[in-house]
Amino acid sequence: MQRALISGVAIAILCSVIGLFLVLRRYALFGDAIAHSSFGGIALGLMAGVYPLWTAYGVSLVSALVITKVKEKYNISGDASVAVLLSSGIAIGLVIIGISGGFTIDIFSFLFGSILLVSVNDTILILSLTGVILIVVLLLYRQLLYSTFNEEQAKVSGIPVEKINYLIVFMAGVTVVTSIQLVGVLLISALFVIPNVTAIMYGKGFKQTAILSISFSIFSVVAGILVSYIFDITPAGTIVLLSISLLAGTMGIKSAGLLSKN
Amino acid sequence: MLNIVEIEHLTVQYPDVKALDDVSFTVNKGDFLGIIGPNGAGKSTLFASMLGLNTKYKGKIKFFGQDIRKSKDYLKEIGYVPQKPIFEKNFPATVNDVVQMGLRQESDANKIDEILQQLWIHELSKRRIGELSGGQQQRVFIAKALVNNPKLLILDEPITGIDQQSIELFYSILRELNSKQKITIIWSSHDLDAVNQHANHVACLNRKLFFHGESDEFFENDELVKQYSEASMQEHMHHH
Repeated sequence: MQRALISGVAIAILCSVIGLFLVLRRYALFGDAIAHSSFGGIALGLMAGVYPLWTAYGVSLVSALVITKVKEKYNISGDASVAVLLSSGIAIGLVIIGISGGFTIDIFSFLFGSILLVSVNDTILILSLTGVILIVVLLLYRQLLYSTFNEEQAKVSGIPVEKINYLIVFMAGVTVVTSIQLVGVLLISALFVIPNVTAIMYGKGFKQTAILSISFSIFSVVAGILVSYIFDITPAGTIVLLSISLLAGTMGIKSAGLLSKN
Repeated sequence: MLNIVEIEHLTVQYPDVKALDDVSFTVNKGDFLGIIGPNGAGKSTLFASMLGLNTKYKGKIKFFGQDIRKSKDYLKEIGYVPQKPIFEKNFPATVNDVVQMGLRQESDANKIDEILQQLWIHELSKRRIGELSGGQQQRVFIAKALVNNPKLLILDEPITGIDQQSIELFYSILRELNSKQKITIIWSSHDLDAVNQHANHVACLNRKLFFHGESDEFFENDELVKQYSEASMQEHMHHH
């Protein structure tokens, strides 16, 4: 339980921060696409008898980088490239599962998360990846923000925009696979998108928006894990529903005119 | 006299049209150069090439004596204000955030307050950029361009869609930057009168360079102005 909470909080922070850049780049579903492609990786790992998350890391990072390259080279729109990646991952996963005669029990925990079952090693891995990615984001804060705000101007001010784009995609890939244990492949984009959409509505500057988003995310994850533990329901679903209720609440406050425009 | 920019035989060929044809000119320290020309005259292509956004050109572009193909260091000495900055309307960035994006060294944070005050947008510093009027946004982008103390300011037709009062303020800010702070300015416009009033040098562009020199030399020569107006009018008719 303690491990679940610690890992959950780390993942909540990580997903909010990386998700904010993805949402602002109109790349909200990219997390979803990487998650689905990692499904292929998981199936591959289970078939080969390797720890499935390792193969998931490999497959998602390769597909994230390939799709970014393909998108650049052939000028395919963001949403179409996401759709291609998403369906390829699931298709590969299904075929592999078919070939190996199915291994339904393990697959289920990857599809919907199994945060209450994280091991000590998993927790250490989650904490270290979170630490590394947050340090990178803090160090390259200006470059990441500027190239998200306006690519052309960032280029003119000498920022290596292409490299930064690859870095974001790479960090998103690592974040997604790391977060699979918390909410599973199917609900990951909720953690990327919902707290950020909620936070953006408050009309604050970038850092405050990020802090709001992280707070909403941590609240949903911690409350979600506790509630699901007490009532013996699925944590992933509970976490996502809580974060949706925060969004709905914010929308309510906003339409009631209680949120000032500034 | 120090050459800030040297353009030598710049030619840009797009698949269906020659956007720039053998354009050469120099910009010296302290110049306030107005580049005029009708739509499609190649002003944006010229800027894109100068800023390193378009690398498919023939000829040579030098900044501070160095070929820009060899080093991108010159970008550190330039402030650029785009025509209409494109950003997500709900982007969670305040005026302060936007100016800070331009700042190379975090330690110069005081510089932000200073520049916001200078451009009369200090009281807007905590507002989101998307909530401001066109004129206010433009001043924010000038502030962002100025925050690193550039030697050269490049502005691409920066008065599109801005009210008259903001335009006047904008010109007075540019004149002050040029005369008091000795910042060299390159500014593209299709407003002949404004260039006549504010710039000290003129370049008339219509894919080819039609004239380059001191603005008095151009505007006091009725024949030149007439020729230029006719040429750009013909080009305009041809386009439609």
